Amino acid sequence: MLSYTIRRLLGAIPTLLILIGFAFFLIRAAPGGPFDRERTLLPEIEANLRAAYHLDEPLYQQFGRYVWRLLHFDFGPSFQYRDYTVTELITAGFPVSLTLGLCAIVVAFLVGVTAGCIAALRQNSRIDHGVMAVAMTGISIPNFVMAPLLVLVFAVTLRWLPAGGLGDGSIRNLVLPVTSLALPQIAYLSRLTRGSMIEVLRSNFVRTARAQGLPAWQIVVRHALKPALLPVVSYLGPATAAVITGSVVIEQIFGVPGLGRYFVAGALNRDYTLVMGVVVFYGVLIIAFNILVDLAYAWLDPKVRYR
Amino acid sequence: MSAAAPPLEREPAGRSLWIDAWAKLKRNRAAVVGAVLLGAIAVLVILGPAASRYAFDATDFANTSIGPSWSTGHFFGTDTLGRDIFVRTLYGGRISLLVGIVATAVSLSIGVTYGAVAGYFGGRVDALMMRIVDILYALPFMFFVILLMVFFGRSIVLIFVAIGAINWLDMARIVRGQTLSLKQREFVEAAQAQGVAAFAIIRRHIVPNLLGVVAVYVTLTIPHVILVESFLSFLGLGVQEPMTSWGALVNDGSRELQSAPWMLIFPAVFLATTLFCFNFLGDGMRDALDPKDR
Repeated sequence: MLSYTIRRLLGAIPTLLILIGFAFFLIRAAPGGPFDRERTLLPEIEANLRAAYHLDEPLYQQFGRYVWRLLHFDFGPSFQYRDYTVTELITAGFPVSLTLGLCAIVVAFLVGVTAGCIAALRQNSRIDHGVMAVAMTGISIPNFVMAPLLVLVFAVTLRWLPAGGLGDGSIRNLVLPVTSLALPQIAYLSRLTRGSMIEVLRSNFVRTARAQGLPAWQIVVRHALKPALLPVVSYLGPATAAVITGSVVIEQIFGVPGLGRYFVAGALNRDYTLVMGVVVFYGVLIIAFNILVDLAYAWLDPKVRYR
Repeated sequence: MSAAAPPLEREPAGRSLWIDAWAKLKRNRAAVVGAVLLGAIAVLVILGPAASRYAFDATDFANTSIGPSWSTGHFFGTDTLGRDIFVRTLYGGRISLLVGIVATAVSLSIGVTYGAVAGYFGGRVDALMMRIVDILYALPFMFFVILLMVFFGRSIVLIFVAIGAINWLDMARIVRGQTLSLKQREFVEAAQAQGVAAFAIIRRHIVPNLLGVVAVYVTLTIPHVILVESFLSFLGLGVQEPMTSWGALVNDGSRELQSAPWMLIFPAVFLATTLFCFNFLGDGMRDALDPKDR
C-alpha cells in the first residue's frame, strides 16, 4: 500500500507541471494586457508597472518565479482587486464554495447510492423504471437550467425558500444551490450503482448467501454493497470535478460569494494572477482528490495495488 | 465502408452486425421516440423561423416582455427588448446543434486518429500516448476553455475547436481498446503479410471496423458538447449578441424570472428535450451496437 501511495503521488507531478504550464503560457500568449485601459498610460509609468509585476522579464524566468512562489502558497497580488492578494481572495471565497460542494457531494452520494440499490433490488419493476427515468432527467437537464427552474417553482411561485444569497448562512439558503449542484451527480451515481449492484447480485457468493437463507437487506448491506460500490468510488473523482465546475454557474445564479464568482469576474477582467491562481488551486484540488479516490479504491480492492 | 476496400472485407457477417443493430434499435421505443423528436427539432430549427414575421434580432418596442400569444405573432412571447423568443429560440437551436455536430467532428477526428495509432502500434508508443491521455484526464478542462474564450476573443470557430479539443480523451481510450482487439484479426494479418503500410492498414482496415463503437460515442458526445457550449454561453463567454444559443437564452431568461418566465421556459424546454433525445438515442445505440454490451 505504501509503495502504491508513493507511486501515485509521484505520478501526479507531471500532471501538476502541465496544469501550471498550460495556465501560465496560455494567459501570457493572450492578446491584451492587464494595463490596457481607455486612457493610455505614460510609457514610463507603464514600464514601471510592468517592472513592478516582473512582466518585463523573459517568459521562462516569469514561469520559474511563478512556480517558486506557488510552492510557498503565494499566488501574487490580484491585478483587479488592487489591495488584495490572490491568496486572500481564495481564502475568502473558498470556504463558501467548499461548504456548497461538500454538501452537494454528500447528498449526491447518499441519495444516488440508495436510489440505485433500490432500483437494482427491484429490477424491471415500476420503481426501477421510475428511478431510471428520473436519473435520465437529471443527466439531460443541465444544472444551470435546473437552478432557475427550481427558483421559479420554489422561490418565486411557492415562496418556500429564498431565491439567492447566503443570508445568515442558515440551511434554508443552501437547499436550492446544493440541490441544483447535486441533481446531475445523483443521476449518474444512481445509474452506476444500479448497474454494478445488478451484476454483484448475480454473482456466486450472493447466491450462496441467499441459499443460506439470509434476509435480502442483510445480503445487500453486508455482502453486496462493498463490491458494488467500487465503480461508484472511482466515479467520485470526476464527480468532484463536475461539482467544482458546476459551482461556477451555481454561485453566479444564486449570488453566492464563493470562489467561482471571483473566477468569472477575474476572467472577464483579464485578472491574470487571479484567474491563474484559481485554475491552479482548483486543479491541484482535483488532482489531490483523484489520488485520494485512487487510494480508497486500492484499499477497497487489493488487486489494484499490485498492478 | 469505401468501395475501394478489398472484397475480403465484405463478408456477410460484417453486414449482419448493422442489420442486427438496426433491428435492435427499432425495438427500443425510447430510442425511436428520441430519434423522431430530434428529427422534428432539426426541421423546426431550420424551417421554423420562416413561419414567423419577425427577425431574430429585430426589436418590437411596442411589445416588450409580452407573453406568448397568437394574435401578436410572438408565439413564445418577447424579451425585454421586444425580440421574438420563438425565432430566437430556433436560431439559438441552429447554433447549439451546429456546435454539437462540428465540435463532435473535431473531437472525433482527433480521438479516432490518436486511439487507432496508439492501439495499432502498441508497445512503448501506446504506453506513452496513453500516459499522456491519463495526465490530461486529471485536468479541469472547463477552466481552460473559459480561459481560451476570454483571452482569444469569443469567436464561434474557437468554440468549435476548443470544445472539440477537450472531448477526445474518452473517444481515444475506447478506440484504442477496440483497435487492440481488431489488430489480432485475420484480415489485418493478411494486409500486413501483403506489406500494406501501417497507416494504410489503420485507415482502410481498422477505422472502418470501428464505426459501430464510434457511432455510439458520437451520439453520446453531441449532447455533452451542446451542454458545454450552453454552459459557456450561459456565463456570457460563448456566442455573442445579437446571435444567440440556448445557453445564452437560458441566461437571459433566468434574469427575468419573475416578470417574464416564458423567456426561460421555452429555450430551457428545447435544450432539455434535445439533450434527452440524444441521451436516449445514444443509450439505445449502445445497447444495439456496443460489443461489450454494457
